[in-house]
Amino acid sequence: MTGSILFQAIVFLAGAIICVSIAKRLGLSSVIGYLLAGVLIGPYILGFIGEEGDDILHFAEFGVVMMLFLIGLEIEPKNFWKMRKTILGMGGLQVVGTMLLSYMFFTLLDFDWKVSLVISMAVALSSTAIAMQTIKEKGLMDTTSGSSSFSILLFQDIIVIFMLGALPLLSNATAPSSADNHEEHLNLLDSLPIGFQTLAIILSVVVIVFTGKYLIVPMLRKVAKTGVRELLIAAAFLIVFAISFLMEYVGLSPALGAFLGGVVLSNSEFKHELESTLEPFKNLLLGLFFMAVGASINFIVIAKNPFTIGGILVAIIALKAIVLFITGAIFKLKLDQKLLLTFGLAQIGEFAFVLLSFAFSLNILEQDQMDLMLVITALTMSLTPIIGLINERFILPKVGTKESIKRPMDHVAKSQKIILVGFGHFGSTVGRFLRSYGVEATILDQDSNRVDFLRKMGFEVYYGDATRLDLLESAGIAEAKMLICTVENPSITKQVTKLVKEHYPNVELMVRAKNRYEAYDLLNLGIDNIYRETLDTSLSLAKDVLSKMGFRKYTLNKQVQNFIKYDEDSLRRLAKESKLDENYIFKARKEIEEQEKLLSQDFKRGIVEYDNHWDSEHIRKALEKQNNS
Amino acid sequence: MKKILVLFSHPKFEKSRANNILVNNIKDKEGVTFHDLYEAYPDFHIDVDAEKELLTKHDIIIWHHPFYWYSCPPLMKQWIDMVLEFDWAYGPNGVALKGKTCLNVITTGGSRELYCSQGSNSFSVNEFLRPFEQTANLCGMTYFPPFAVMGTHLLNDEALKEHAVQYSNLIDLLQKEITLSTFNGCAFLNDIPQLKTL
Repeated sequence: MTGSILFQAIVFLAGAIICVSIAKRLGLSSVIGYLLAGVLIGPYILGFIGEEGDDILHFAEFGVVMMLFLIGLEIEPKNFWKMRKTILGMGGLQVVGTMLLSYMFFTLLDFDWKVSLVISMAVALSSTAIAMQTIKEKGLMDTTSGSSSFSILLFQDIIVIFMLGALPLLSNATAPSSADNHEEHLNLLDSLPIGFQTLAIILSVVVIVFTGKYLIVPMLRKVAKTGVRELLIAAAFLIVFAISFLMEYVGLSPALGAFLGGVVLSNSEFKHELESTLEPFKNLLLGLFFMAVGASINFIVIAKNPFTIGGILVAIIALKAIVLFITGAIFKLKLDQKLLLTFGLAQIGEFAFVLLSFAFSLNILEQDQMDLMLVITALTMSLTPIIGLINERFILPKVGTKESIKRPMDHVAKSQKIILVGFGHFGSTVGRFLRSYGVEATILDQDSNRVDFLRKMGFEVYYGDATRLDLLESAGIAEAKMLICTVENPSITKQVTKLVKEHYPNVELMVRAKNRYEAYDLLNLGIDNIYRETLDTSLSLAKDVLSKMGFRKYTLNKQVQNFIKYDEDSLRRLAKESKLDENYIFKARKEIEEQEKLLSQDFKRGIVEYDNHWDSEHIRKALEKQNNS
Repeated sequence: MKKILVLFSHPKFEKSRANNILVNNIKDKEGVTFHDLYEAYPDFHIDVDAEKELLTKHDIIIWHHPFYWYSCPPLMKQWIDMVLEFDWAYGPNGVALKGKTCLNVITTGGSRELYCSQGSNSFSVNEFLRPFEQTANLCGMTYFPPFAVMGTHLLNDEALKEHAVQYSNLIDLLQKEITLSTFNGCAFLNDIPQLKTL
C-alpha cells in the first residue's frame, strides 16, 4: 500500500493541505498543522507511512539547510560580525548550562555516565527548524528575542560538529567496526589529525566566501542576462546543493555551510530573487520535515511506560526553559523577550536524531534508551508550538510590553518600509531624495546591467520582476507602508498596482503616470496618489519663460499652484467620463476632442490675476467713490 | 560713502503703484544694493548664508515694505527669523551687525491722522514698528525713525513722485556720515528739514 512514490506524495500533500489549512483557520502556527498531519498519516493512526519515515526525515532535513541559507541571505556580514558576542556568549552559556543540568538529572535516574553525557548533548540542542519557522512566521526576527534565539541556534549548529567528533571517544566497543556502518560520518576530517581538521574547517569557510564573491555572483549575473527564469531557479539550487556537498565532504554541518553561503550572497543584488525562488521549496521541505517528525513518534513506546516518558518530558522542557531564562536574564533581555526565547527554544532539536542514532551505532546507547529519547525528542518538538501558543495568548498579554509598539520617534525612517519599483531616471531621483532623509527604500529593478551599475554607486538595488507577487513578498510587501511605482511602461504599472491593490490593500500606492490617459486608467483602478510626469515639469518650464519675460516669480508660483489644482480637479472629473468609452479606435479623435475641451475650459487669466490680495487698487477706488458721493 | 542695502519685500509688486514709483527712483543709485526678496525667494526658501554675506558688506539696512495689518509681509518676517541667527546677529558672540544702522521705509494706505490714539488705528506708526526697533537694538544696530509714505490710497502720481524724490534725497543723506541727533527728535524722516532743502 505504501510502495508507490506517487501514493506517498499524495498522502503527504493531502495531509499537509488538510491539516495546515485547519490549523491556520484556527489561528495556529503551520508547524502544528504539519506535525498533526504527520501523526495522522503515521504508522499508528492511519498507517500510510511506515518504516520509510526515517528516510523521508533525512531527505526533508534539506529543508533546514535551505532555511539556513535563506536566513543567511537576510544577515549581512557586518551584522553577523556584530552578533559574534551573543553567539558565543548566549550560545555557550545555554549549551553548557543545559548539558550540566541534564547530566545531573540523568545520572540521578541511574543512567550510566556515558549515556547521560550523550543524552545531555542531545538535550542541549534545540530545533532550528521549529524555532526559526515560528520566529519567521510571527515576524520576530528583528526583536531581541529573535536574534538571541538565532544566535543560540547558530552556536548549536557549530558545536554539534564537535559533539559528533567526540562521540567515538565514548564508544564502548572498538570504534572502527561500528563506524563502518555509518558511511555518512566517514568523511575527510576523520582521517586527519586535529590540527588539520581545524585547518580544513577554516579552509572550507574561506572557499565559500571566495566562491560566493568571485564565482557565484558573476555566474548569477550571466544567468540573469539570459532572461530565462528557470535558469535562475536551477542556479539557486545548484548553489545550495554545492555548498551542502562541500560541507558534508569535509564533515561540517550542511546547514552551517548554507548559512555562510547565504551571508556571503546577502550583499548581492540577487538576494531577493534567490529568496523568492527558494522560499516555496524550503517551506514545502520543512513541512515534509515536520510531518516526518510527527510520523516518527512511536506510540508503542509511549504506551509501555507513559509516566516515565511524561516525567522526563516535563523535566527536560523545564530544565531547558530554566537555563534559557537565566541566559536571557544575564544578557539583560526584557521579561517578554526572555519568555519568547525561553518557550521558543525549550525543545530538543533535529540534531538529536543524528546524535542519538550515531551513539547507538557506537554501542553507547541501548535500543530502548534510544527509542525513549527519540520519542521524547519528537514530543518536545511537537509541544513547542503549543507552549508558544499558551505563552502568546495567556502569559505575554499580562507581561505587557511588546517590542513593536514602543518605538522611539527618531526611528521613523527605519521602521517604515518603503518599496520602490523601478530605478530609472524617475525612480532614482525619488530614491536619492528619500535617501537624503535616511529612508532606504527597498528597490526593485528589472534591468540587471543597471542594477550592477547602480550598486557600484552605493545604492541598494535588487534585481527582479515586480509583477510577480512572490518577489514583492520577499521584498517585504507584507510589512511595507508604501509602494512607489516609477516604472515607465504603463502596462507594467497597471499590473503592479492591480496586484498590490488586490493582495495587500493596506499598502499605500504612489504611482508615476506617463500622461493624462494613463492617469485616467489608474484613477479608475481606484488609485489616488498619481503623479503625472508631464505636469510639474512643463509648468516649471512655462513659469521660467514667463519669469524671463518679466513677470514676478512669487505670483507665478501661486498661479502654477492654482493651475495644478485646477488641472487635477478636471483630471478626476474627466476620468469618470473616459471610463464610458474604452474603444481604442476612437482614441486619437477623443484625445483631440479632449484637448479642445481642456483649452476651452481653461482659466485664461486665472485666479491670481483677479485676486485682491496685497492689492490696494480696489480700496483706492472704493475710497474715491466714497469721496465723490 | 556708506553702503546701503534695501531689503524690499512686496508680494504683489507688479500691482503696487506707490512702490513702483518709489523703487524706480532709488534702485539704480550708486552705492545702493536693491534686493527684491519676493523675486529672489518666491518659494520662501531663503539662502541664509548669501543674506548674511550681503549684510556684512553694507553699513545701512533699509527694510522697505508696505505696511500690512500693522506689520511687514510674511517673507520679510521669514527673512528676520532665518537670517538674524543666534550667535551671529545676537547672543554672546552675535556681533556681526553691531554698529550698523537700520530703518524701515514703509507705505501705508491710511493717512497719518488715522495712526494716533484718536484715529481708527489707535496707535502711531512708531508704536507699531516697535518690534523692528527692538530687533535692531538687540542686534546692536542704531535704529533710525521710519520714512513713511502714508495715505497712498488718496495720493495721485504727482504726489507720489514727490515722495520718491524725498526717498532718493534720504538715501543721499544716509550715504554721508549722519547720526541720530541729526534728526532732532523727528518721529518720521520725512519731516527732517534736510530732505526739503536738498
